[in-house]
Amino acid sequence: MAKVSEKKVPMREQDPKARIKNFQEVPFGYTEEEAVLEAKRCLQCKKPGCVKGCPVEIDIPAFIARIAERDFKNAIKIIKKKNVLPAICGRVCPQEDQCEKECVLAKKMEPVAIGRLERFAADWEAENNLVEIPPKQPSTGKRVAVVGSGPAGLVFAGDLAQLGHEVVIFEALHKPGGVLIYGIPEFRLPKAIVEREIEYVKQLGVKIITSFVVGQTKTVDELLQEFDAVFIGTGAGLPWFMNIPGEHLNGIYSANEYLVRTNLMKAYLFPEYDTPIVRGRRVAVIGGGNVAMDAARTALRLGAETSTIVYRRSRKEMPAREEEIVHAEEEGVRFEFLTLPVRYYGTEDGWVKEIECVRMELGEPDASGRRRPIVIPNSEFRIPVDTVVVAIGQSPNPLIPKTTPGLEIGKHGNIMADEKTGKTTKKGVFAGGDIVTGAATVILAMGAGRIAARACDEYLKTNIW
Amino acid sequence: MFKILSTKALAPNIKCFEFEAPYIAQKAQPGQFVVVRINETGERIPLTIADTKKDQGVVIIVFQEVGKTTKLLGTLKAGDYVLDLLGPLGKPSEIKYYGTVVCIGGGVGTPEIYPIARALKEIGNKVVTIIGARTKELLIMVEEMRSVSDELYITTDDGSYGTKGLVTDELKRLISQGIKIDKVFAVGPVIMMKAVSETTRPYNIPTVVSLNPIMLDATGMCGVCRVEVGGETKFACVDGPEFDGHQVNFDTLMMRLKTYLKEERVSLELFEKQSHKCCGGQ
Repeated sequence: MAKVSEKKVPMREQDPKARIKNFQEVPFGYTEEEAVLEAKRCLQCKKPGCVKGCPVEIDIPAFIARIAERDFKNAIKIIKKKNVLPAICGRVCPQEDQCEKECVLAKKMEPVAIGRLERFAADWEAENNLVEIPPKQPSTGKRVAVVGSGPAGLVFAGDLAQLGHEVVIFEALHKPGGVLIYGIPEFRLPKAIVEREIEYVKQLGVKIITSFVVGQTKTVDELLQEFDAVFIGTGAGLPWFMNIPGEHLNGIYSANEYLVRTNLMKAYLFPEYDTPIVRGRRVAVIGGGNVAMDAARTALRLGAETSTIVYRRSRKEMPAREEEIVHAEEEGVRFEFLTLPVRYYGTEDGWVKEIECVRMELGEPDASGRRRPIVIPNSEFRIPVDTVVVAIGQSPNPLIPKTTPGLEIGKHGNIMADEKTGKTTKKGVFAGGDIVTGAATVILAMGAGRIAARACDEYLKTNIW
Repeated sequence: MFKILSTKALAPNIKCFEFEAPYIAQKAQPGQFVVVRINETGERIPLTIADTKKDQGVVIIVFQEVGKTTKLLGTLKAGDYVLDLLGPLGKPSEIKYYGTVVCIGGGVGTPEIYPIARALKEIGNKVVTIIGARTKELLIMVEEMRSVSDELYITTDDGSYGTKGLVTDELKRLISQGIKIDKVFAVGPVIMMKAVSETTRPYNIPTVVSLNPIMLDATGMCGVCRVEVGGETKFACVDGPEFDGHQVNFDTLMMRLKTYLKEERVSLELFEKQSHKCCGGQ
């Protein structure tokens, strides 16, 4: 056996100095040669750990083998058997914690770049106009409503449509895609790619109705009169704030608002687009997850002179993906680790001007297994700012839990659903994604959509709950 | 795409549009609102539902032309379309038997208080209405309000119609007469709702106000419409828009409404320049 190169084939990227001046995608993706080279690193394990690490169970060794043979067409076919959104997953899945973590190479060197190869195969298919719509099973005459067009809803809908059921997605915003459209910035996930993959789901026969708020325009109970089953994938919407003094000052955003204005409403093109955003000179982002990195990097692209992440633990505990942290560092985002905001000070006319923070040290591990941050007494200091983005998480969207009798709700406002089926406590109603688990990742939501689709198909055939 | 069925000017810069929106019409209740997005580059703005014709699938919206988006909306005609109309949003008003209810509408708040007053009247409340405007020509929906009120009082700032003064002057007069008021609903400019709440506070008259913060998605996602109520952070789009006026921090609301003043001016100037161009640079 030829010796395997220790490192992944690197992916070329936009230069950090150039990319902070535009919203274009940062990594360029593999060329055919690069992809083949990387694919050849795969050892084609008999018992592949990577597949077990993939929430949607893609036959990873098989698709990589096809890439190594330059049979790109069949590579993407294998992926699409399990994943209707490969160009998205190839870009935003936390592969290092999933498939790539289980790669046998990972024990001694860098794992196979499964995510990059998935992205390559999906982009190759689209760029060569070879997207094929798989044959559909004959119509079952059953109708299913999907609430929310984010990753969970799209996968659920795509799967059920292929099984011959009639599927209608209801989306509250004016564009489908959920967090893929409003949340993840263009430079990390171009909206044209999201639109391309949603188009594929539509071609599978899924109908999407936008600007329709289930829970308000119609309730789940009303949908159940027209549909044989309903899937709820409404995500984690309601943003958390820290409830510290001064948080109502102007210039303090939730991450959701900051990102919705930028991504969905294209505020970076104001006044060509009507939705404005405050283009702060000194921006601070509170939090350490992927959303915080997205906001901090967005701030730079909106022209900030300084963009600072304020995080209460250290770099090691940050929940963001390593790749996102590295990209942020390369772009010049500053980090104030072990730092907790305690109050905001404003100008006379109500704009935020300073954050008062305290320094922290790490104590014993807490329930999350991470070392608990403890305030260091008398360590107050202030950070001058004119824009703050609070990116500390969000709770499940409350609209459906509030308007659907018979649906059991957890103590965090989440919908209770069986992990193995997505079944809720209400007959005919399935749920999955962040509305069940609280804010998590795109791929976990997709996995939940897949599980629920399987159970829903079973239910539609048997009517057994 | 949502079709505009008819348009009507009620007063200078105040227009009434009928939209074809059967789902929303079917569902809408007093106190609720819609979000409108006119075109692809447009922003999402919340507008209160003034009335519906449920059997015809019609939603009626009264709006004041203040910024770019409302001015652009005002240029549309019957037969035109807006790209998105989302709703009904927010919680409906709590319509039940209170006894004597005073409904107060200020300016363009009048069409918003109208469906509330009508619903309160329909279930047997004694409805006393006070509507106010800066001047006579800005008074709207007077006859409609009269038709759903047991008593109607009108104020204008300049005295050109009704009593000269503010709606709160009329409210104070009613209170001083010793009439038992069981509930007050007030919709209008923030400063007016604040004044009404301060007027009723010493008498412990339960007072409901309908807040109008900046909104974006209006479905409980972005958090821009957060308001401080009783010391807690609430989201007007899903927890409101109506709140206990005695608990609302109006000062932070007023401050936050000014967030985009600068950008709003830029948008409006650009719009006016462009609309002058299309009528031959006049």
